[in-house]
Amino acid sequence: MTQSTASAQKQEHGLQLRGALVPMTLLEISFFEPELFRQELAARIAQAPGFFENIPVIISLERYQSEDIPDFDHLTTLCLELGIYPVAIRGGNAELQAAALAEGLACVPAGKEKAPRPITQPDGAASTSGIETATTSHADAVAEQPVTSAPDSSNEVLAPNASVASPSEDTPAEPVYIAQNTRVITTPVRSGQQIYAAGGDLIVMAPVSAGAEILADGNIHVYGPLRGRALAGVKGNSGARIFCQSLEAELVSIAGQYKISEDLQGDRWRKNAQICLREDRLEIRPLVD
Amino acid sequence: MATIIVVTSGKGGVGKTTSSASIAVGLAQRGNKTVVIDFDVGLRNLDLIMNCERRVVYDFVNVINGEATLNQALIKDKHVDNLHILPASQTRDKDALSKEGVERVLNELGERFDYIICDSPAGIEHGAQMALYFADQAVIVTNPEVSSVRDSDRILGILQSKSRRAELGLEPIKEHLLLTRYNPERVEIGEMLGVKDVEEILAIKLLGVIPESKAVLTASNQGTPVILDQTSDAGQAYSDAVDRLLGENREHRFIDLPKKGFFKRMFGG
Repeated sequence: MTQSTASAQKQEHGLQLRGALVPMTLLEISFFEPELFRQELAARIAQAPGFFENIPVIISLERYQSEDIPDFDHLTTLCLELGIYPVAIRGGNAELQAAALAEGLACVPAGKEKAPRPITQPDGAASTSGIETATTSHADAVAEQPVTSAPDSSNEVLAPNASVASPSEDTPAEPVYIAQNTRVITTPVRSGQQIYAAGGDLIVMAPVSAGAEILADGNIHVYGPLRGRALAGVKGNSGARIFCQSLEAELVSIAGQYKISEDLQGDRWRKNAQICLREDRLEIRPLVD
Repeated sequence: MATIIVVTSGKGGVGKTTSSASIAVGLAQRGNKTVVIDFDVGLRNLDLIMNCERRVVYDFVNVINGEATLNQALIKDKHVDNLHILPASQTRDKDALSKEGVERVLNELGERFDYIICDSPAGIEHGAQMALYFADQAVIVTNPEVSSVRDSDRILGILQSKSRRAELGLEPIKEHLLLTRYNPERVEIGEMLGVKDVEEILAIKLLGVIPESKAVLTASNQGTPVILDQTSDAGQAYSDAVDRLLGENREHRFIDLPKKGFFKRMFGG
């Protein structure tokens, strides 16, 4: 995109509607009891305070079981008090949707169920309290992934991207990803260093050492050997890719799907490679086919 | 203003103190006013290698705390002119090194010397960070084995992020790789990483390769830095390294196995 054409377009139209795929947190409720809701939500936020600061959420009613229509005004107020912003509801019958619209919440079509629900707690675990204010597994994984990101014990997928809600989810077209905050690193990334490109791509024009960790919300490019860990699409962008000149990584991950060094020793090992997610599996191919 | 060179590695026992002593002697031999500081507070070794342990009265920590002047603490080396040693304290720990105190002492030394060599303790904690914080150049001492290389990589990351030059956004610290305990025979049979392997992983300029040599241990025990033993290959290798540090071109030696001559090949050697 060149600047001149962009500004010319702006002058003509004044505004532009563009499609974008934005990762979103779901707040799933099975019924609404204000005091219990507030307590449980506050407890969840306390687990990762920084992550939940001023984020938008979609209230998921896909598992709403109660007969009563929740007081959306009260629910919104409670959320705002805790610093999260309900912007829409997802799922629910016509009655629920009408009530939500009346309180200024948009309606998002129900998502397709592709992956198991929250991984950190099996569904039964939280329901003893009678309410299930489950943030999506996506949100859980994002809150933890940059810190731990270690597939130590389980081979389970960390962040199924199925629960990433987006208005354009039902359109079959490839998601449009718009890189914003590209971060360029020109010096070697050494063992013990961690570099995170928030909200965009990461470009490293030097080697990434074993024991180093590079993360990006978008794509990762390494113009040198990639010997450390590389995690692209850490907030669930399954369209993110990893490109490197020599694949010698300890771990690669896209949107929570990962492969460790042992599983990377194929025909692209120590050769140039691109890694992308296809049907929930990591695919490793040459840079140029 | 003096040039401050830190000799560091991350890993212990790879030859930091041996290299600090030899580099300091080499610089002094070439006419530079040089001081070498032992930052390994609590595990003082440099004085032994330099054979001045019997002349230590005051130390680095005394100077930092204002209990002694620099003149009282500096020990003049007996092997070469132009060289002084500032020993570490054996009775204190590394917390005694305050950033302000170290800076004050380095500034004072900078007025009198051309080169300040900082012999870093092992590890990446406070002591090592103080040794490298004010550095202009760094000599990364590495053995040709994977854990030493990994630790060197770690310390390079700290040089780039936690040094004064990094924090102020100045020109980065100039990094030199010094490969010690190198044994071409063991490289040949795959028991040891080769120079190329290490250079490739660390991606910094090679200052020198010091061959594994009995002369190093002998020199340490006698308290004469090995660079003074110019009959040994290790001593010659250190001389080359010092020349390169001063910007001269010297071809790398002792990297490859010596080629066996005709008679040796015929009759065994």
